Amino acid sequence: MSIIDTIRSAIAALTANKLRSSLTMLGIIIGVSAVITLMAVGQGSQKGVTERIQGLGSNLLFIRPGQSQASDVQSAVYGGQALTLVDTDAYAISDPEQFPYVEGVAPQVDFEARLIAGGENTTTSVIGTTPDYQYVRDFYVGKGQFISEDDIARKGLVAVLGDRVAETLFGDSDPIGKSVRLVVGPATMALTFNFRVIGVMEPKGATAIGDEDDLMFIPLPTMQARIPFLRHPQGLSNVFQISIKVSSRDDFDRAEKEIAALLLERHNVSEPDFEILTQTDVANLEAAETEISQTLWAAMAAIAGISLVVGGIGIMNIMLVSVTERIREIGIRKAVGATQGDILMQFLVEALMVTMAGGVIGVVLGVTLSTLADGRTILEQSVRADVSPVAVILAFGVSAAIGLFFGIYPAYNASRLNPIEALHHE
Amino acid sequence: MVKLTDITKVYLAGDVPVPALRGINLGIGEGDFLAIMGPSGSGKSTLLNILGCLDKPTSGKYELDGLEVSALDEKQLAVIRNRKIGFVFQSFNLLRRLPAVEQVELPLLYRRVSDRRRLALQALGDLGLAERVAHRPTQLSGGEQQRVGIARCLVTNPSLILADEPTGALDTATGHEIMRIFQRLNGERDITIVVVTHEREIAAYARRIIHLQDGEIVSDEPNSSSDRSPSGDGGSEASTA
Repeated sequence: MSIIDTIRSAIAALTANKLRSSLTMLGIIIGVSAVITLMAVGQGSQKGVTERIQGLGSNLLFIRPGQSQASDVQSAVYGGQALTLVDTDAYAISDPEQFPYVEGVAPQVDFEARLIAGGENTTTSVIGTTPDYQYVRDFYVGKGQFISEDDIARKGLVAVLGDRVAETLFGDSDPIGKSVRLVVGPATMALTFNFRVIGVMEPKGATAIGDEDDLMFIPLPTMQARIPFLRHPQGLSNVFQISIKVSSRDDFDRAEKEIAALLLERHNVSEPDFEILTQTDVANLEAAETEISQTLWAAMAAIAGISLVVGGIGIMNIMLVSVTERIREIGIRKAVGATQGDILMQFLVEALMVTMAGGVIGVVLGVTLSTLADGRTILEQSVRADVSPVAVILAFGVSAAIGLFFGIYPAYNASRLNPIEALHHE
Repeated sequence: MVKLTDITKVYLAGDVPVPALRGINLGIGEGDFLAIMGPSGSGKSTLLNILGCLDKPTSGKYELDGLEVSALDEKQLAVIRNRKIGFVFQSFNLLRRLPAVEQVELPLLYRRVSDRRRLALQALGDLGLAERVAHRPTQLSGGEQQRVGIARCLVTNPSLILADEPTGALDTATGHEIMRIFQRLNGERDITIVVVTHEREIAAYARRIIHLQDGEIVSDEPNSSSDRSPSGDGGSEASTA
């Protein structure tokens, strides 16, 4: 029998028993769609990590304070940060004579605060920083202006809002020139300041340090100058992190060494009271964290793979039943001239049609589910899904292979039936 | 066209060999119409299955159209069944799902004939079923089902039609109608026909009747009713007892 006739007759046989065929297909549909979706999410989480690390900027070094004691009140506001770095450390590093490979230096201090504007309010991270921040972090103002040297010098009450914060507080209206009330500190001793909005950042999304649209930028010294108990004894500003952009990765080692030497000397200590991280270190930390979730997704995809095999066993089961039910048909076909090969092909093609149809539906369902899941938050995890063609081909190929593998035994049984016995089967 | 030489067939019932055919020697000429009679268990069906290449003899030689069939493998036998032989069964053996025309197309499907629809319709028309081509077996009477079965044989232009109790599931009138069809095919198209039956008046349609008993041919004689119409419509000679 020609292959087209074989396929046509398989379709006729399968549609004669629609409910059974679709139930048989269900196992494959679930297996294929689950494999595709879980692989997509696994891939997506990996891609997300890469993007978040790249989102930090390029060729960065980070200096953070080492262990030190902060006063209770200070740690209540600063979240327990040690205070060994100050703004002048950052300014010293930006000396082009001493560190020609340093392209930009952005010190920053961050704390949580509540923002109120009009009837809206939100809690967000406030970052005190300097104009270099834009260039160092490759994160620019989208509308209005960023903090200027003048704002730093005046310790001005001006703010640049992250894209999301601006939308939350002001909706569609233009926030520039408007006033934002900032409430900081524990409830019993909360302090309130009025800031004028001078700019809104371009949208950026999540990076390795969190959602960067959910931020507000103010001049580095503004808060510390205005809150008596945060004030530095020498009138400097405490800094939680100094981000340094160097001209190339090759400079990392040298920069790390020379900057460390400078800070030891400035702090007048022999053991470092700070730590220096490269972007690669940050990436590794981040990678270690996501490795766990990646392993999890891989394990789930493997379980989905098992369900594909179970679906295959279901197909074998149904095909065996189908052969038994159609023994007489097999006898008739043999009597009118079907060879063993014809009968084998007939049942094999039926099994393949079921799995491949299930595979196609599963692929469509899996791609749809992945698309729906992409960008959503599921179980407090932000899900990225990236359907790769490899996953689609793999899932479909595996389903066809399962049809072949589990279909061959029933088909072989059918082909070997004795025509005389088959014809007299009741 | 058929030549059986010393054909034996032994079945195994558990470990005990049970002989079904013991040394059959039989020649069937082209255009012959043979009835095989005998009590049940005499080996009629076994002989028919061997003639139809559904079964292989334990020993002996079977030649069909000069081809030694007993030496062929499964695949070659399937081709022989497809091209040279047509089966008609007591229980019709039609496929439940298919309309009549597709039943008749079935052998052509395995032969990969392209204009099989036309040939199938023609075969059904020859048997007076032109109005019933789209009907499924459940929508057809017994006689119609058997005629579809005969059309399924005829569509391949077989040289040999083998019928196993073709009237066994039909009422007497319909049974005779089916036998007259065989007679017509034998007479008009010169198709060789072998009918297995245990009814004397069915066998009476044949040109030649053999009797089997315990796996052996005990008699082989030409049919004595000269006009071969046992219903007695204008027979010129009385049939012998």
